[in-house]
Amino acid sequence: MMNLKHNNRAKTKLIGLSSVLIFALVTLTGCSDLGVKPWERDLLAKPEMQLITDPVDAGLDDHIYFSKEATSGGRSFGGGGCGCN
Amino acid sequence: MTTKKQISKPSSIGAALTVATCGLLGLSAPVASAKGQVGEWDVDTAVLFYSEADDRVQAAEPVVSATLNLEDERAWNIKFVADTLTGATPNGATPSDEIQTFTRPSGEGSYNVAAGENPLDDTFHDTRGALSTTWSAPLGRDYAYTAGAYGSIEYDYTSFGVNGSIARYLNNKNTTLNMGLSLSMDSIGPEGGIPNPLTRMPFEAGKSDDDFNKEFNASRSGPDDTKTIMDLLLGVTQVINRSTIMQFNYSLSMASGYMTDPFKILSVIDDNAGANYGGNFKDADGYNIYLYEARPDSRMKHALFWQTKHMLANGDVMDGSYRFMTDDWGITSHTLDFHYRWMLGSSYLEPHVRYYMQSEADFYKRYLTSSEYNGGSPVVTEASADYRLGELNSATLGLKWGYKLNDDQELSIRAEYMKQSSSGDSGFGKLASQDLYPDTDAFWVQVGYNF
Repeated sequence: MMNLKHNNRAKTKLIGLSSVLIFALVTLTGCSDLGVKPWERDLLAKPEMQLITDPVDAGLDDHIYFSKEATSGGRSFGGGGCGCN
Repeated sequence: MTTKKQISKPSSIGAALTVATCGLLGLSAPVASAKGQVGEWDVDTAVLFYSEADDRVQAAEPVVSATLNLEDERAWNIKFVADTLTGATPNGATPSDEIQTFTRPSGEGSYNVAAGENPLDDTFHDTRGALSTTWSAPLGRDYAYTAGAYGSIEYDYTSFGVNGSIARYLNNKNTTLNMGLSLSMDSIGPEGGIPNPLTRMPFEAGKSDDDFNKEFNASRSGPDDTKTIMDLLLGVTQVINRSTIMQFNYSLSMASGYMTDPFKILSVIDDNAGANYGGNFKDADGYNIYLYEARPDSRMKHALFWQTKHMLANGDVMDGSYRFMTDDWGITSHTLDFHYRWMLGSSYLEPHVRYYMQSEADFYKRYLTSSEYNGGSPVVTEASADYRLGELNSATLGLKWGYKLNDDQELSIRAEYMKQSSSGDSGFGKLASQDLYPDTDAFWVQVGYNF
């Protein structure tokens, strides 16, 4: 029974990891002409197109979710920081 | 005769708002200048108010983050965050059909929880100050690096860390490879000391001060304990086209040391078919048995993170991300996050939705049965009833409004509402009629001003 539970969990993990990897690979390699010329960066240079638009918002939210869930990090370092409840 | 007084009208509602809001925030309105100018500071300020329903955690959190832009794309950032927290937090015990008494974690006094109520420790109170700094600079034409350090201090917890990252640009800077490393050292010294894992919470009633102090001290292993955390992050950022950028990260986190929560306990529930069936198991002194929780002393986490940002033809921006995490505690989690920035001239509205789900840790137990308690020699070596290690879903809905006063200044306000739902073993006997998995409702509002 225990083994079955662990096998299922391992399978779920494997499927999850594989799906993300396959999706990333397909997305990255599926486009034939990735990237832009240096003079085509006007939109990407806008503040709202930065990967982290507002680092203060992101930091505060990360701190809340770090305190309330078992997962942290991913986008950046998970780190330590507080004995939060 | 009437005297007309010349009033210089604000050129726009925005300018008027600046003056009004800067006044409210106690700031003087700075002269406008574009962001990122060499020799200038860019400053982000915000205040967050966080509140949980049912008199649980309440927090106020001001933040100031300042970046000095230097020549040759070098920059120095310094950030200060303060936290003031009060309120109550679940202690891990199950609700009961009887009134329950708990010794405070400090050993100073006790508190009661009414029948049918979710046991909350209402002594939660802390103030935290955190300071971090990051230096970033290019290394030749094709590389860039960052180096950072931070310290966080609260009454019973300190954390110090260093981090660094290096980026390699490829393909006309359309591809960026990132590698980062972070090391953090944390120390916890709770009032009352570190409880011995899976030992019984002592009770003072009916005992002399000396006897209770001896019993309480015997339940403690020392005044404090430590843990270290090392994070490795490998990432690829790829420009897809003129309006789309994508990031993909893998991160590994290794923690070792004291990861137990010294304030959390577990109820012991009688599993015999006696008169007490389903009620809280009681010891010879007539008090219920609660054990201090115990977690493993190491944890390894793997996370995959994918994010894509895309600007639509009308200038609106879609930002979606997915994170998958798995660890050797048996927890697997999925996080989906989506923002849509709806551009409205000089202002914008940004709805936000986030969904998180996690499976329970291998050692998560809502309670221990009396047979698992085994007369004081528990048959398990690790157990925690902390709902944050159980099966858990969080759903968050939010909305942000931002107003660009000029090229350099922005005001914003955002509100987020989160509902957490837990599930798991529903108990037996009398316990089955108790709500073992109450929801957590949290609401936060943040006001920000960047200049």
